[in-house]
Amino acid sequence: MSFLVNIIAALIGDAASDRVVPSAGTSARLTVFASAAMAFLAVFALALSLAAGRVAARWSEDLARNSTIRIAAPMAEIEAEVATVLTVLAQTPGVVSAREVSMEEQRALLEPWFGAGMPIEFLPLPRIIDVTESPEGYDVEGLRLRLSAEAPNAILDDHETWRSALIAAAGRLRVMGYVALALIFGATVAMVTLAAQAALSANVQVIRVLRLVGARDAYIAGAFVRRFALRSLIGGGIGTFSGGVAILLFPDQASAESFVVGLGFVGAEWLWLLIIPLLIAFVAFQATKAAAFRVLRGMP
Amino acid sequence: MQQITASGIYARRLPELGFCVIELQDVSYGYGHGSDLILSQMSLRLAKGSFHFLTGPSGAGKTTFLKLCYGELCPNAGHVRLMGQDSATMARDDLALARQRIGVVHQDCQFLDHLDVAQNIALPLYVSGREITEAERRNLTQLVNWVDLRHRATALPPELSGGERQRAALARAIIRDPDVILADEPTGNVDWDMAMRQLRLLVELNRLGKAVLVATHDLAFIRAAKKQVAARVLRIVGGKLQLAGADL
Ligand SMILES: Nc1ncnc2c1ncn2[C@@H]1O[C@H](COP(=O)(O)OP(=O)(O)OP(=O)(O)O)[C@@H](O)[C@H]1O
Ligand SMILES: [Mg+2]
Repeated sequence: MSFLVNIIAALIGDAASDRVVPSAGTSARLTVFASAAMAFLAVFALALSLAAGRVAARWSEDLARNSTIRIAAPMAEIEAEVATVLTVLAQTPGVVSAREVSMEEQRALLEPWFGAGMPIEFLPLPRIIDVTESPEGYDVEGLRLRLSAEAPNAILDDHETWRSALIAAAGRLRVMGYVALALIFGATVAMVTLAAQAALSANVQVIRVLRLVGARDAYIAGAFVRRFALRSLIGGGIGTFSGGVAILLFPDQASAESFVVGLGFVGAEWLWLLIIPLLIAFVAFQATKAAAFRVLRGMP
Repeated sequence: MQQITASGIYARRLPELGFCVIELQDVSYGYGHGSDLILSQMSLRLAKGSFHFLTGPSGAGKTTFLKLCYGELCPNAGHVRLMGQDSATMARDDLALARQRIGVVHQDCQFLDHLDVAQNIALPLYVSGREITEAERRNLTQLVNWVDLRHRATALPPELSGGERQRAALARAIIRDPDVILADEPTGNVDWDMAMRQLRLLVELNRLGKAVLVATHDLAFIRAAKKQVAARVLRIVGGKLQLAGADL
């Protein structure tokens, strides 16, 4: 956290040294705007990364303990096969419980697609058995072999294919969020550097005079650094606040299982919003300092 | 006009006479690569308590010589030592510290146009990076009065006349009680009375132990000075530094 101390010390500074450099005008105002925009974007990139991470974690936990067996057999054989499967499952180590999904539950599952009141009793629906695993899981290949011998119409779905694809997608999304964050901070560095360089070259003569009367480089750089870090902090604060409000106004998250609606911060994650403006200010601080010392090195 | 003496302003420091603050040793200088040397093989020691005039025709290199003396330029050959350190190799912060002990009246004044006259005069105090003391504030007021700029203290430099600018430049050069005063044509635009007042101030500061080097065309000014102080008169002729004799 030493950069915090640095920034605070630099922001306090002394008023006189701020007066010796003329106000930076447009470039300072543009710095506020650019920092605000970047902070706003950073909030979203961060929310994206965190949400993707959460989704990946949930999928790997929930789905790992659950698999289903689907039995699509001719009406005559179906009851017998369901009973066989249940027996087999009862004998499989690693299976905590097995339960047939009732007609009512199937109706509830299908309702969003077919609408209420659909007489699904008359549809040749497969029967579904919900299997809950112990944390260690069961021998998937062994169970599959046994089922193919004893209940040839039963299909075991351990969600593995789905799960790995979804987790990979969520992981990729999280990485993209972090890459976006890095790019945002990189762009902030570029913009602040350009703004600081503009301010510095507009004040070459002032800097020269200050050197002539005995100002140390750190003093001169400090006057610019303070200015740009402060503007970036203000802009970063405004942008982060707006981003946070925009995230809060996102549709209800508690009920939402889907990823997009789950975009947001949970609990302590909101603390990240305090860090974004500080990071933006820190990045501006370093960028201005580097630019100032580059200019100063070229002066006697 | 308020009568304030320099010794009243700077009675605090005792001179250590003889300490060499700026030393040029076989210094040669030419602008740009391969161009002719403007100054060649010049040596000079500015010791505390010494008083020098530097003359020579326009374009002879007086300003260039002074720039070497406060490290704005570094010699092509030879060495310039500021407070004992070689100006070509000393650390940038050390150069800054040395400049805080060298008061310079630039020929073109070098003000910050966005600060008013009083703030420009106080600039060497500001850049020290510490709070300005009450005593320094009083000095500032006295000095602004002394150079007759009280009524112009809140004006911006571009609004000043040539003479007013030079008076402000002299005030800025001495505000921080430097060990050396380098003045480039300090009397170029002021009337005789003001020139004599500036001379009296320089002489008094010199008596307090400061090294003084004044570059000027003004031979009458030099003659007037020689009546008050034992000054050496140097002349740049053909790129060489000579000691002027009684022919002045
Ligand atoms: N930055 C520069 N680049 C190239 N040549 C320069 C530069 N500054 C000065 N000169 C040249 O160097 C020579 C000496 O200049 P300098 O200013 O030292 O003269 P001076 O003795 O102070 O003259 P004056 O009495 O008119 O002030 C002049 O011929 C001038 O044109
Ligand atoms: Mg000159």
